[in-house]
Amino acid sequence: MKQLIIKGGRVIDPACNYDRAADVLLKDSLVEKIEPGLEAPADAVIIEAEGLIVTPGLIDIHVHLRDPGQEYKEDIHSGTRAAAAGGFTALAAMANTDPVGDDPAMIGYIRKKAAGAAARVYPLGALTKGLAGKEMAELGRMKFAGAAGFSDDGKPVMNGMLMRNALHYASGIGAVVIAHEEDLHLAAGGMMHEGTVSSILGLRGIPSVAEEAMISRDLMILKITGGRLHIAHVSTAGSVDLLRRAKAEGLNVTAEVTPHHLLLTDRLVKNSGYNTSTKVNPPLRTEHDRQALWKGLLDGTIDAIASDHAPHHTDDKDVEYDFAPCGIAGLETTLPLMLDELASGRIKGFTLPLLLEKLSSAPARILDLPGGSLKQGSPADVTVIDPERQFIIEPDKWYSKSRNTPFAGKRVKGAPVFTVVGGEITMKEGVVTERTAQG
Amino acid sequence: MQTLRRKDMLGLEEVSAEEINLILETSRSMREIMQRKIKKVPTLRGRSVLNLFYEPSTRTKASFELAQKYMSSDSVSVTGSSSSLVKGETLKDTVRNVEIMGIECVIMRHPASGSSHYLAHNVEASVINAGDGMHEHPTQGLLDMFTIWEKKGRLENLKVTIVGDIRHSRVARSNLWGLQKMGAEVVVSGPPTLMPPDLDAFGVKYYHDLEEAAEGADVVMALRLQKERQESGLFPSMREYAELYGVTPQKITRAREDLLIMHPGPMNRGIEISSELADGPHSVVLEQAASGVAVRMALLYLLLGGTKEQ
Repeated sequence: MKQLIIKGGRVIDPACNYDRAADVLLKDSLVEKIEPGLEAPADAVIIEAEGLIVTPGLIDIHVHLRDPGQEYKEDIHSGTRAAAAGGFTALAAMANTDPVGDDPAMIGYIRKKAAGAAARVYPLGALTKGLAGKEMAELGRMKFAGAAGFSDDGKPVMNGMLMRNALHYASGIGAVVIAHEEDLHLAAGGMMHEGTVSSILGLRGIPSVAEEAMISRDLMILKITGGRLHIAHVSTAGSVDLLRRAKAEGLNVTAEVTPHHLLLTDRLVKNSGYNTSTKVNPPLRTEHDRQALWKGLLDGTIDAIASDHAPHHTDDKDVEYDFAPCGIAGLETTLPLMLDELASGRIKGFTLPLLLEKLSSAPARILDLPGGSLKQGSPADVTVIDPERQFIIEPDKWYSKSRNTPFAGKRVKGAPVFTVVGGEITMKEGVVTERTAQG
Repeated sequence: MQTLRRKDMLGLEEVSAEEINLILETSRSMREIMQRKIKKVPTLRGRSVLNLFYEPSTRTKASFELAQKYMSSDSVSVTGSSSSLVKGETLKDTVRNVEIMGIECVIMRHPASGSSHYLAHNVEASVINAGDGMHEHPTQGLLDMFTIWEKKGRLENLKVTIVGDIRHSRVARSNLWGLQKMGAEVVVSGPPTLMPPDLDAFGVKYYHDLEEAAEGADVVMALRLQKERQESGLFPSMREYAELYGVTPQKITRAREDLLIMHPGPMNRGIEISSELADGPHSVVLEQAASGVAVRMALLYLLLGGTKEQ
């Protein structure tokens, strides 16, 4: 019988509207009790959390682990350690691996390899076979094998009829469909947001309408199919408007936004001198879009924050802008960046409970995952945060194999200091520790 | 003696009017050297230059190579077909390997926008952008300005009309920045689908109608039209383009009498420009080519910091 007690912290559990100083007792990999002034059991491991924030284990529902197939960029081991270092206790892994995660055996491979890893891994299955956008993958069999949802992320489903059928079919098995919204004809080989900056830099642009047209299509399809649609990495003001209206109409849709879209704009592509760490899809948009994303996040139009952790090897990124792959690694920066933005006070109405909701209860709700709360009987997954801790983002010190971030060198305020998964410490003061459990 | 206080020449967006003036003034001296019987000065003797061309080029490459020879520098040229690019070597590795052999300046043409920035970031040698994707072609902009300046005696308050595919044109971008910095008014014309997504970024006026765009123009510059733009659906046919946007005497009747006709080459005669104009009395197309050598001599001199004594 293993016990762990986290003493004296400010416990924030957005799922239960709980926010007060209390002790958290974890027992047998479940949350046992939350109360102020709990007596520490004799054999319990104690975490002193005076001055710290104690919150349900954070969940990142948009991660590329690159395993199998591109283990030189990341693998399940390094990716889950990076998650633990970044304060995440669970993550959902996208299916654009090699081979593609489009059948039950692949879901089984990931679950098996991730057993006992530093973070829980929820595999997402491909929506279409081989991510080819031609035939529906075996959603039901993958769900039985443990797929948490389905997505062709990295690619859109260009065929509207296939999207209709997939959403409709998925509604029958109660599965969520996650959509990467991008009209490939409108995006036409773009490298960055289409606008003033792309005009000056002479880089082909990805217009906002490439995203908005596809979101419009899928919202209209959702109206006739029913089911659950989740929009990945929303990036434009127009998309936020579309989602706001859809939610007002009662459509069963959710959405996520990444830290880089909340914090950066296309200006950085120019100001960094074509630095390929700014190349990402969807691209960094304008200040107008960025403000709209914040507004959407604060008013509930956007449900969750997800990293879209897209690790790449330095060799892949250290090339001409045209030739670099898209993606920003975010597992080890997401929480600190958001805490830093919170500390800066720049965003009116942005609060710590709101931030933690977007990183814990909301992602759990979107994928119907067991965590995301500290109520009694929940998985003993906890993140402990020091809102005052300042550090500089140094990719060379990451647990991830990747280094690709436009935030390198940025000084941030706020960091996770303990990550606990199933009642076991996976990260202590920035150092990732191995778990003994296999679950 | 003045030199450019910069390591690289990547684009005219980041160059000041003073710097452009210095380059133009220096080009005039270089032009004088070119007119001598023995076109050679020892100014850059013992200095090494690499010409790295990842895209085909006749004019620009010949122009740079001649400029180097006239200045007595040692140079090597590597072109796309013979380059290590085909062997899978990265740009960074290629140039670093040549740099260690003693290269002090790299002239690069490359199909990717921003590649010269990337290179400049990674080598100590000076980098001169000889055209990067759709971004900039600063020496072309400079030679165009030099040509106009020589003919008109000034750039200030001149009206320059640029016609054609602004969107994909590095020549246009360099000219838009450079000419406006020197006080010229620039207007553009061409099909809307060949304009950049945000023309306001450059602060120029757009006219759909070429006749209107050329009203009172001191210079009309036609840009080369790539066949692939039609193939990618940006306009319906070459003959329709020629009819609507090809620069012909009939469409520029409202321009000034002492009008200059320019084209960066290579020309598609009968498409973006009529032979009547290209070969006519207003044309300075060949002068542009000659200016190119002078401007590149000046730039090599100013960047490599040679002394003025010849």
